[in-house]
Amino acid sequence: MNRNEYKRLAERRAGRSPVLRNCLAAFLVGGGICLFGEALTGVYLLLGAEEKTAATLVTVTLIFLSALTSALGIFDDLARVAGAGTLVPVTGFANAVVSPALDAKSEGAILGVGAKIFTVAGPVLLYAILGGAVYGTLLSLFGWLA
Amino acid sequence: MSRLLRFPPVYVCGTGAVGGYEERRGPFGECFDLTAEDDRFGMPSFEQAEGEMARMALSFALGRAGLSPAELGLLFAGDLQNQCVASSQGLSGLPTPFLGLFGACSTMVEGMGLAALALTAAPTLPSAAALSSSHNAAAERQFRTPLEYGSQRTPTAQWTATAAGAAVLGRQGRVAVTAFLPGRICDAGITDAANMGAAMAPAAADTLLAYFRESGERPEDFDLILTGDLGHEGSVLLRTLLSEPLPTLDGVHEDGGCLFYGEEKDVHGGASGCGCIASLLAAVFLPRLERGELTRMLAVGTGALMNPGELQQGGAIAGVAHLVRIEATGQEV
Repeated sequence: MNRNEYKRLAERRAGRSPVLRNCLAAFLVGGGICLFGEALTGVYLLLGAEEKTAATLVTVTLIFLSALTSALGIFDDLARVAGAGTLVPVTGFANAVVSPALDAKSEGAILGVGAKIFTVAGPVLLYAILGGAVYGTLLSLFGWLA
Repeated sequence: MSRLLRFPPVYVCGTGAVGGYEERRGPFGECFDLTAEDDRFGMPSFEQAEGEMARMALSFALGRAGLSPAELGLLFAGDLQNQCVASSQGLSGLPTPFLGLFGACSTMVEGMGLAALALTAAPTLPSAAALSSSHNAAAERQFRTPLEYGSQRTPTAQWTATAAGAAVLGRQGRVAVTAFLPGRICDAGITDAANMGAAMAPAAADTLLAYFRESGERPEDFDLILTGDLGHEGSVLLRTLLSEPLPTLDGVHEDGGCLFYGEEKDVHGGASGCGCIASLLAAVFLPRLERGELTRMLAVGTGALMNPGELQQGGAIAGVAHLVRIEATGQEV
């Protein structure tokens, strides 16, 4: 068996992730998180918050809960089952920032947490900000021309 | 040219093994000298915890050999952390001459082979030890994602063992190391870091083929042919590669990665890490040879030679597999 044949055999053999099961788990857990968010919105509205403020408060609450459960070591256990269900909502982003920070704690506040907190979320931040800047420049340019 | 290095027997005088919490709950939990309730082993970081495990494993092995650290002639040790700091930090302060090794997860067998060669080459050397460790949390952090990062593992992904194993070799004992076959670097072009078994299987096959070609022995001459941490995926690939030249391998082959956690744990492809075969040898198989429950075995340490940066630059994962032949002598010491 030559190198290419072996590589093909190994790739063909490697078990696929159970896509259907993962999709179902993602749908249920992700849906559950969104449902919880809706319920929270209701609560904040009841407490007298305006609609826009309530939405912000829900986001902040979800981020806080993700950070807390990450620190308690529960988030990754849920995510192992839920996959995209916990990754896609704002919960995934919060976990992506908190988990490297937790890891880097042993290397200190500056070169540890400070330098490594965005190792996972960094690409999202960079290209989101860059995309925003490009879009904003184009918008103002064409807006001015028009 | 022959790759098989045969020498007059050198003997296993003492072994020691330490494991973490998952290892305590695994099928060999009882066999370890010590398993911890907490994977930090009382240290401030997981990295230091690994060094502490290495230090403890060596202490147990020395205790069993009846040696003080000052009486140990030479120490070969290595791990998975950058520049092998688990070994150097954990073992600093020892009076023993230290030779650091990196053979990824093949390090323990590499160390045993080198310790045997050193004893053979230097008649004045009384004893030499091989030691290797890995820590799941330290390895995950270095090679994969942050510990608490929420993600799904692929079916072929393996779980780095939190374990350390040590073996002291010397001039007397009931278990003899009689041959060493150092492996070649085998690059099969595998680039998936979640499928290291596939990257290591060709190296294990190459080493086993060379061994049986050069020794004239056959797989059925052994009670056990133990590969290090090919996992479920790599084991199947190894048997596929060797089904024609060594059809009788199936009956005697076991893989440390498949055995280590049994079926219980959500480890997908099996265990991996330097500590996997090191602790299995030290805690389970060398004692079985000593008790006469096994007569003759081959230990094949399998290592995946890579780092994450090299993979991101488009490189592949090379494999290497070293082999030692170990047998019970049946002698009383």
